[in-house]
Amino acid sequence: MKLIFELGVEGRGMTLMPECDVPEYQLPEERSEALHLPHVSENELTRHYTALCKRIHGVNDGFYPLGSCTMKYNPKIDEDMAALPGFTQLHPLQPIETAQGALEALHTLGAELGEVFGMDAVTFQPAAGAHGEFTGVLLIKAYHTDRGDTARTKIIVPDSAHGTNPATAAMCGFQVINIPSGVDGCVDLDALRAAVGPDTAGLMLTNPNTVGIFDKNILEITKIIHDAGGLCYYDGANLNAVMGVVRPGDMGFDCIHSNLHKTFATPHGGGGPGAGAVGCKEFLKKYMPGPLVVKKDGKYGFAYPEKSIGRVKMFYGNFDVVVRALTYVLTLGKSGIREAAMNAVLNANYMRVRLKDTFTMAYDEICMHEFVMSLVDLHKETGVSALDLAKGMLDFGLHPPTMYFPLIVHEALMIEPCETESKETMDEVCGIYCKLFELAHSDPETLHTAPHSTPVRRLDEVGAARNMVLRYQFA
Amino acid sequence: MNIPAELKYSKSHEWVKMDGDVAVIGISDFAQDALGDVVFINLPAEGDSVTAGESFGDVESVKAVSDVICPVSGTICEVNEALADAPETLNSDPYGAWIIKVSPVTDTEALLDAAAYEAHCAQEG
Amino acid sequence: MGSYVPTTAAEREEMLAAIGVDSLEGLYKAVPQEMLLRSGGLNIPEGLSELEVREAVTAMAEKNKVFKTVLRGAGAYRHFIPSVVKSVTSREELVTCYTPYQAEISQGVLQGTFEFQTMICELTGMDVSNASHYDGATAAAETIPMCKDRKRTKAYVSACAHPQVIEVMKTYCFASNTELFVVPAKDGKTDLDVLKETLGDDAACFYLQQPNYFGQIEDAKAAGEIVHAAGAKFVMGVNPIACAILPTPRAMGADVAVGDGQPLGLDTAFGGPFLGFMATTSAMTRKLPGRIVGQTKDVDGEVGYVLTLSAREQHIRREKASSNICSNQALCAFAAGVYMAAMGEKGMKQCARLCTSKAHYFASELEKIGCTLKYKGEFFHEFATEVECPNCRKKILDALEAEGILGGAEVEGGILWCVTELVSKAQLDRAVAIVKEVL
Repeated sequence: MKLIFELGVEGRGMTLMPECDVPEYQLPEERSEALHLPHVSENELTRHYTALCKRIHGVNDGFYPLGSCTMKYNPKIDEDMAALPGFTQLHPLQPIETAQGALEALHTLGAELGEVFGMDAVTFQPAAGAHGEFTGVLLIKAYHTDRGDTARTKIIVPDSAHGTNPATAAMCGFQVINIPSGVDGCVDLDALRAAVGPDTAGLMLTNPNTVGIFDKNILEITKIIHDAGGLCYYDGANLNAVMGVVRPGDMGFDCIHSNLHKTFATPHGGGGPGAGAVGCKEFLKKYMPGPLVVKKDGKYGFAYPEKSIGRVKMFYGNFDVVVRALTYVLTLGKSGIREAAMNAVLNANYMRVRLKDTFTMAYDEICMHEFVMSLVDLHKETGVSALDLAKGMLDFGLHPPTMYFPLIVHEALMIEPCETESKETMDEVCGIYCKLFELAHSDPETLHTAPHSTPVRRLDEVGAARNMVLRYQFA
Repeated sequence: MNIPAELKYSKSHEWVKMDGDVAVIGISDFAQDALGDVVFINLPAEGDSVTAGESFGDVESVKAVSDVICPVSGTICEVNEALADAPETLNSDPYGAWIIKVSPVTDTEALLDAAAYEAHCAQEG
Repeated sequence: MGSYVPTTAAEREEMLAAIGVDSLEGLYKAVPQEMLLRSGGLNIPEGLSELEVREAVTAMAEKNKVFKTVLRGAGAYRHFIPSVVKSVTSREELVTCYTPYQAEISQGVLQGTFEFQTMICELTGMDVSNASHYDGATAAAETIPMCKDRKRTKAYVSACAHPQVIEVMKTYCFASNTELFVVPAKDGKTDLDVLKETLGDDAACFYLQQPNYFGQIEDAKAAGEIVHAAGAKFVMGVNPIACAILPTPRAMGADVAVGDGQPLGLDTAFGGPFLGFMATTSAMTRKLPGRIVGQTKDVDGEVGYVLTLSAREQHIRREKASSNICSNQALCAFAAGVYMAAMGEKGMKQCARLCTSKAHYFASELEKIGCTLKYKGEFFHEFATEVECPNCRKKILDALEAEGILGGAEVEGGILWCVTELVSKAQLDRAVAIVKEVL
């Protein structure tokens, strides 16, 4: 397909703005380089982008069981509410008396999510999950620094963690201590006890963890860290399994981030914008990034925490994403939130039992909202890898599960169906997965060379990295 | 798999060729095969000191990054800068594509000879 | 109450039986029972029907005042947004899809991002762009690790950068234990003499905003020469609309150019989502944080696009990654691409000229009624007038607000005005008349 730069002709374009109605002012020094931008008609432009959109698979196109990503249905009312001019047309620096509804939105969702998290304060300033991790770990850093406890230089991270966890800890100036997982995929308590000490700043943990198991020792884990003088950070990537059922604050965590674009149904937009809500216990509130929204005498205002780590982003975060999440939370309420979590877990377990006689489960027990299959045996028997099987799914119009994660499971496929999928859909998908399993034995070549029906087929990633073409070159 | 008899090896799959008091260091055929297509190498700087058992750079394939562990201790006296533009030679000619030269050299005791290294590779499968 | 769960009670029983547990609660046996919430245990309201939610959220939106005329920028700029931008970016495939890791079914996002990268390179004159960052401030902060090395560990930023950009940089420097020196201002511009004196052997980079927070056009070329003479990297934070007519960051010697892409077709939306962009030289390609799209071919030789150079990123490099960024602002980048495609070179330049012409007209009209410009240098679409007493500033802004005009932002000793192409001469004249009455 042509690039937009290859369409249209010089001189073509759209009429968008009026003639200048004031004396024209010319800056003394202007750019001398050419500015190559498309020169297309509105018709050409919309056809181009429509064609691009046809080469995209969204949640509305079908089942999207990406483990760890929570690709649930994105309700349409959320989009409508986010598009209200009363939100989209607000200037972030307009007087707060003229933005009371916006502050109310932030305050309302903050209070409700604080309750879901079991935390005392919430900020929406972080733009994404990793940005929320950065904020949360800085709260831990500020806490130790403020107490003069400068020896706490290490953050403990299980080897099953998302890559963002160790990367975040390193970005915050900490040394990362990776601890191995036990055979059940959970934290190895002995390894944890051996790792903690007076240099422990904290722990970053996902629970349920990245293999979809709720760590039953969670209270012991957070106690070990606290006894050593460290703090516990909850990576809320998997909160969808437990919201309304159990609260991270009650598990012993001191701070948390939650991805609004996962658990609270805001759309992923091809990789963003998301929003990272960060919550903390009362004793960490004074370190939060400012401003926080406060309510006093029926009016909303901003407050700046006294020992704030400082801003992590301009203004108040991805505000219009927060509006979507607010709409979602108001819709679900306390019962709906719990119902969503429980049905996410129900769906994952249903698929797990439907598939476990055919595929090898990495951990064959009741899972939370997702489960991991290991295709090591299939790969040995047939030569068909997790990648091949995933690519085979594309020919059935299915988005594959997460591949090759977590790193502790070889040939991993990680499946998270979400609560918004119906039993019929899951039955149909399980049927296709089993059909592909058979195909791996009967005709592995078809899978090695899959996909066959997509707009492009397997792409040369090595070539892309070795001979970098990262922009269009104009003649 | 190619394991030249005249070279020494480390358990982390680097090779060493002693050239007088200079150690020439690269990654083994086993290592390049396990990595897959190498697309980038992070090279150290000449003059850096290196310690046996510690990383002095890393190599990237499309989906993985792997530390290159120094099999000996000493000071880097030469870096194969040509690899920066042609990292694929680590795949095509692992024993020709040396990465660094180290001199003077210490801590060579743990190095394996070709037979011992071959046995080690067989064990790692 | 809705939860978007399609499963009926009968189906639920069937599924539970297949799993071998007798209730939904039975799925949570691994959870220590003392911490389980009972049903209805959350202290938040019950859910509402769609109709009720619509009323509740709309009521919140209606409590906000939408200004007909906006003369305030200071980091968030209301510009004209062509209809095609929202028409394209509200398509469900685009809105709801995930990060394009499955390239074969994600070519639309990947190609759109590749086109965006190309346009950012064109605007800035740089060689490579990433797929986006959170906003201009985080993009600015993440240039510091791009420039640091073992010997060069100290970062510098101009006091004339947006105060919130400086704040975000400070936060990131607190994280990485990096010293950040703020180079003071002189007459509304960066004091280049101080810059020259303070840059030492340990200087990693200097960040200059163009036009700066006060709207002034900095002598970027001179700053770049000073920075390079000290052996450090020169980072510029630029306004993308101004880029259409100002000399490019590359021409000014920048090693890295970043900025906020919000003016490129995004609403001000109470501050977000905005769009960070980051571009650099070929030599520094691998230092760029975040996703990058590259062109390649498929097994049949068809041109296609993939996320490339991924081994720089956190999901592979983990604690050795220079940034933890994962989600970015992809949809915003896509919107900016559509915006620039609709505008074209002609439209972008026209927009920039309308901004600067109208801002200069407004400034001169304000001068005619007795206002004094705080700084005398050349400016793009923002300028400050002197208003020493806070009460006077409030009086001016209140009078404008009463007529639906959002006046300039308060800055120390003045008001910082911004004029974009959206404001007509008649509206500017009306604003001048209101200010005149107050003075």
